[in-house]
Amino acid sequence: MVGKSEPINGTAKSQPPPSPLSPKSPDLLSGYFSFKSLKLKTKQQELLIRVSILCLVYILAFVTRLFSVLRYESMIHEFDPYFNYRTTLFLTEKGFYEFWNWFDSESWYPLGRIIGGTLYPGLMVTAALLYWGLRFLRFAVHIREVCVLTAPFFASNTTILAYFFGKEIWDTGAGLVAAALIAICPGYISRSVAGSYDNEGVAIFALLLTFYLFVKAVNTGSLSWGLASAFGYFYMVSAWGGYVFIINLVPLYVLVLLITGRYSMRLYVAYNCMYILGMLLAMQIRFVGFQHVQSGEHMAAMGVFFLMQVFYLLDWLKHLLSDTKLFQAFLRMTVTSAVGVGAVALGVGTASGYISPWTGRFYSLLDPTYAKDHIPIIASVSEHQPTAWSSFMFDFQILLFLFPAGLYFCFKRLSDATIFIVMYGLTSMYFAGVMVRLILVATPAVCLISAIAVSATIKNLTLLLRAKTKAPQSASGKGGSSGKAASKGSLDQSQPFQKNGAIALLFGAFYLLSKYVTHCTWVTSEAYSSPSIVLAARGAHGNRVIFDDYREAYFWLRQNTPPDAKVMSWWDYGYQITAMGNRTVIVDNNTWNNTHIATVGRAMSSYEDEAYEIMRSLDVDYVLVVFGGVTGYSSDDINKFLWMVRIGGGVFPVIKEPDYLVNGEYRVDKGAAPKMLNCLMYKLSYYRFGELTTEYGRPPGYDRARGVEIGNKDIKLEYLEEAFTTSNWIVRIYKVKPPNNRW
Amino acid sequence: MARSSGDNAQALFHSLRSAYAATPKNLKIIDLYVAFAVFTALIQVVYMALVGSFPFNSFLSGVLSCIGTAVLAVCLRIQVNKENKEFKDLPPERAFADFVLCNLVLHLVIMNFLG
Repeated sequence: MVGKSEPINGTAKSQPPPSPLSPKSPDLLSGYFSFKSLKLKTKQQELLIRVSILCLVYILAFVTRLFSVLRYESMIHEFDPYFNYRTTLFLTEKGFYEFWNWFDSESWYPLGRIIGGTLYPGLMVTAALLYWGLRFLRFAVHIREVCVLTAPFFASNTTILAYFFGKEIWDTGAGLVAAALIAICPGYISRSVAGSYDNEGVAIFALLLTFYLFVKAVNTGSLSWGLASAFGYFYMVSAWGGYVFIINLVPLYVLVLLITGRYSMRLYVAYNCMYILGMLLAMQIRFVGFQHVQSGEHMAAMGVFFLMQVFYLLDWLKHLLSDTKLFQAFLRMTVTSAVGVGAVALGVGTASGYISPWTGRFYSLLDPTYAKDHIPIIASVSEHQPTAWSSFMFDFQILLFLFPAGLYFCFKRLSDATIFIVMYGLTSMYFAGVMVRLILVATPAVCLISAIAVSATIKNLTLLLRAKTKAPQSASGKGGSSGKAASKGSLDQSQPFQKNGAIALLFGAFYLLSKYVTHCTWVTSEAYSSPSIVLAARGAHGNRVIFDDYREAYFWLRQNTPPDAKVMSWWDYGYQITAMGNRTVIVDNNTWNNTHIATVGRAMSSYEDEAYEIMRSLDVDYVLVVFGGVTGYSSDDINKFLWMVRIGGGVFPVIKEPDYLVNGEYRVDKGAAPKMLNCLMYKLSYYRFGELTTEYGRPPGYDRARGVEIGNKDIKLEYLEEAFTTSNWIVRIYKVKPPNNRW
Repeated sequence: MARSSGDNAQALFHSLRSAYAATPKNLKIIDLYVAFAVFTALIQVVYMALVGSFPFNSFLSGVLSCIGTAVLAVCLRIQVNKENKEFKDLPPERAFADFVLCNLVLHLVIMNFLG
């Protein structure tokens, strides 16, 4: 170790640089890159190590998300990102004014959709800015490449932010570990892989930015950090609907600080600046509108704002008055009147309906059974289901038991910042347990807290190791406390065991962290890098078989149908049809109009003639269904059919779910319910399927996804005709025949 | 009971008045500004109660600009007050510059929101 250690008796003088004991040239030859020859002080060495670690982590976070780009191609994944891509394309082509005021008539026919007022523009504007920036520097990139790589870029930025946040909460060591952990944590990778062009990609960066700036504002008490956190909050509001988490967590944190008596002037400055400016900035987003003063989900922040004013006013008056008895009387009066007025205002607001109650999506977080009974659309999304333990283990692995260890360390050293991270961790873990999708929000907290545990443990262990070797010198070099030397002497007996124990524990920690890295890379490669729109499987000889049926069908639509054709399909595929097929759809993933979706669900579940009436009323020209019977693809429309029935039946009582079940069981073979065997969805999925042999040794019409031979093999269509079926029968498109001539 | 609370209120008022007279002049100016801003907000609320709240964004921007600048002024007062130990090292010029910057941002957003 180069560089003299500071003198132990406490006076920290700056050390002169160590003079070279030998001439320079042999040093240069022997150890060109060794630290000795660079003659750096300890502080500079530490800076070099930190910067190089951060650079490596930055590159790692970007590179580990590129699996699907390398295996398939650079394309947008899934369903929602296609809408984001289409809007970003519109933004770069037509400009911001057109984008902000866009009314789209190509979706939700015949209603249309006010896109400018019903989306969160943060992601699109960010990608457009990156695109324009690169274009300005004369890099001729296509907007699709920018969209595909936006999420990994912001994931890298999140690691740097995690470093600064860790430094704020604990120290630089914890910051470095946090950056490394969050770079590869599968909970974050799942929604920020290259190609997953979705709001969460930038929203997690904005979330962590807002929290970091707010904690910095509380620690320093400066108005400019409060202003910065307001801007961070504005970015978060523009990016994702999950900003409701911030606007509820921060007031809860302030409340906890007030109750535990840690209030200070800095807290007042930080919270008020952030709340007022943040609220004003947030209301500039049309989709959010006036919710900050009208919606029940945002009332906590307003309540805490008023509470703070009252609290600090009372504190100031107490400081002014020297007579405490007078103050107590006054205190009683004010507090009762303030609480009374607040309660009455809240009551009147809620009762009169002015303050809207918690919306279904967020209410189901507090009461998980609510959505199942009342709102089938929310219950049908697979990401909204409660989380299983295996998901936690899959997404976090060792962080799961490092989290409580980190909580222990945080409680040992309580400060404003550690209280914040503890609250963030606990609340986000609760919500992650209620809804699978929210593991993403818990990931930064879990990584930070685990980093504290790892950093503190390793620091203690290495201190043990280093104290051992220095103990003889320091004991002799000290002039002062002899008691300490005596205790160190008694430590000498157990020194060998402690040293071995420390080394063993360090090896164990190293082993655990390397297992974490292996697990994360394996999970990323196997589970989270599939584009969902292109399917891959292993052929009979182990070669890779690619099913590109979705894109085949959408491009067929684009090239073989009239430009004003209307396509009816289940809402999952709406965004992809408008983005790639460029045709008008009836319903899409935005799911803002339940009745419209229920109409489509009713059409799919009715007999062909009733469905024809509904389709004529909606001007439908083509119907698109997804069928997995030939390939064994299990996310097809027949498996989703019961949700269509439930949603349709929720609005039109003529559709009853028991009609499609046999003894409560869902079947498609000979023993299925007659309504099931003759409904539109069944007919469209299995048309001409009865003649097809799908598997060697099975009868024709064997459905590989359900594992049964279908019941109704002889299907005749009266009002529709088959237009296109893709090469693996995954997507099937039918044309709706115009009504017959009268004679 | 009523008499004693009345006496209490009067004694309270007097002691508050005498304690407040001892505060430095610059703080009193800031207090006056805060009172003016809150009073303007109250006038706007009364006007809204009389005339109705359409357009709501204009009402909100008017009221929030008053409340916002009042709150920022209170933050300035906290940072400039010599009795606060936490802000001992903060030069008052820096506090005032922060105040001006935040007010600038506040009023720019208000101008966008006014409609």
